[in-house]
Amino acid sequence: MSVDQATVRRIARLARIRLDDADVPQMQDELNAILSFVEQLNEVDVDGVEPMTSVTPMAMKMRCDVVTDGGNVAAILANAPASEDGFFVVPKVVE
Amino acid sequence: MPMSDLTHLTLAEARDALKAGKVSATELTQAHVAAVESARALNAYVLETPERALEAAAQSDARLARGEGGALEGIPLGIKDLFCTEGVRTTACSRILGEFTPRYESTVTANLWRDGAVMLGKLNNDEFAMGSSNETSCFGPVVSPWRRQGAEGAAATQLVPGGSSGGSAAAVAAHLCLGATATDTGGSIRQPAAFTGTVGIKPTYGRCSRWGVVAFASSLDQAGPIARTVRDNAILLRSMAGHDPKDTTSADIAVPDFEAAVGRGVKGLKIGIPKEYRLEGTPAEIEALWARGAEWLRDAGAEIVEVSLPHTKYALPAYYIVAPAEASSNLARYDGVRYGHRLPAKDVIGLYEGSRAEGFGREVKRRVMIGTYVLSAGYYDAYYVRAQQIRTLIKRDFEQVYAAGVDAILTPATPSAAFGIGEKASADPVEMYLNDVFTVTVNMAGLPGISVPAGLDAQGLPLGLQLIGRAFDEETLFAAGQVIEDAAGRMTLPQAWWA
Repeated sequence: MSVDQATVRRIARLARIRLDDADVPQMQDELNAILSFVEQLNEVDVDGVEPMTSVTPMAMKMRCDVVTDGGNVAAILANAPASEDGFFVVPKVVE
Repeated sequence: MPMSDLTHLTLAEARDALKAGKVSATELTQAHVAAVESARALNAYVLETPERALEAAAQSDARLARGEGGALEGIPLGIKDLFCTEGVRTTACSRILGEFTPRYESTVTANLWRDGAVMLGKLNNDEFAMGSSNETSCFGPVVSPWRRQGAEGAAATQLVPGGSSGGSAAAVAAHLCLGATATDTGGSIRQPAAFTGTVGIKPTYGRCSRWGVVAFASSLDQAGPIARTVRDNAILLRSMAGHDPKDTTSADIAVPDFEAAVGRGVKGLKIGIPKEYRLEGTPAEIEALWARGAEWLRDAGAEIVEVSLPHTKYALPAYYIVAPAEASSNLARYDGVRYGHRLPAKDVIGLYEGSRAEGFGREVKRRVMIGTYVLSAGYYDAYYVRAQQIRTLIKRDFEQVYAAGVDAILTPATPSAAFGIGEKASADPVEMYLNDVFTVTVNMAGLPGISVPAGLDAQGLPLGLQLIGRAFDEETLFAAGQVIEDAAGRMTLPQAWWA
């Protein structure tokens, strides 16, 4: 399978990465090189094979449903590019 | 002891000298701080923390004077910039993290400080650990301390130290620390260790906590050490490892005294040689090195058997679906809102897209986009589910070999010695990916793997052998690794041409 330029633009949009028109052809070539490399996986018979979900067999541990952390607003905002009154600041999202 | 002698101790020797009062943590740290300062041409450190180091060393000296002190008391280490360090800038060598300064400490580094280790600074790596040459770092490439024989002066080609833990490997090889933390998602500990004549182990998945380590591909990422000897590796791993309730994939099993396994030998062990690792185009000297490694183990009392891991060739392509898929999800958090780089925009989508376009480098964008594509509607089953099925088959191959009584598997660590900076900058990203062809299988199966220096190629560059073990049996790898180290001898370390 290979991707066309429209698909490259659509993937960039989904990934929330701005891609300038001039960069689209090179990205297309690189993505297609990777996709053609992984094509050989189609040779493998995977009928009835369980997809791996956990690389080492282990059961997810449960913990008590209690508050163990919190009240760290200052620490959470410490690295924010913009914050105000205990909130992250973003451009207006609701008109 | 002269300062240069202090940086030439092994970690074990330094530990013993500190305990015996023959050297102080302050002297040892000062010697390393000076070495780091004089080696900036290598670009191994992206942040030096000498004041913090000397303060920690003074505290170690006080503890040692009281007859106290942990397993790593006063030992100066370098920390890969993928580990969050409280109050110390952590960037994953990506522009998108900017001046991010964590308010918390990764579990692995917290374990090291608990045991008395001293941090010299943060080490360079490929951006988000995505790379095999340390050339994708936003701080620029690391220069290997190794050079091709006969290549001297300004004309000498600068070689890569491998990646993604290139700063860790170069700093250890150049004596800029006694050991370093590193991480391995597809070979990022073992390949740079092989390129620099150092020892690196990727432990079993779950052995070290991933908490506070910048995530790349969560089902494959594991932390581990790089050091100059097998014993030093064993000492470091014991401190780094251990169950952590903050990482649900961290294994709740006891950490053995790995160092005790180092001298155990291989008598009576069965070592497998997988025929599928004989690739077309592998240089003859690597084939010869591999055969010699098998002979060393046989001479030490191991039985060598040929084994088959039929799905080996599919590990790398399957990895290039699984790892980017997980990366595209993990890296969604970099949005220019909560931390790191932000490009102001008039709407929020523009802010995300602009911040990410400016903040991520080429290789990272490529992988996030591949990951987004293989997870997108209509392609998920064809790519992602199939890759995870193949992963099951790869793991089954190993399980069958181990069930037949094989204790460990011997392979080359890399398909070549180190290459020059810029030499593999071709238009085809797959050429670089092939570096990990021998190591990536191990991550796909969650197993432990160690790379041990085993010889030099015709150009005088180090080559490594890899040993792959059963899950949670790093001890056998240390035992067998020591046999190789003893037989191969220590690599002749590079002259300090950079100082």
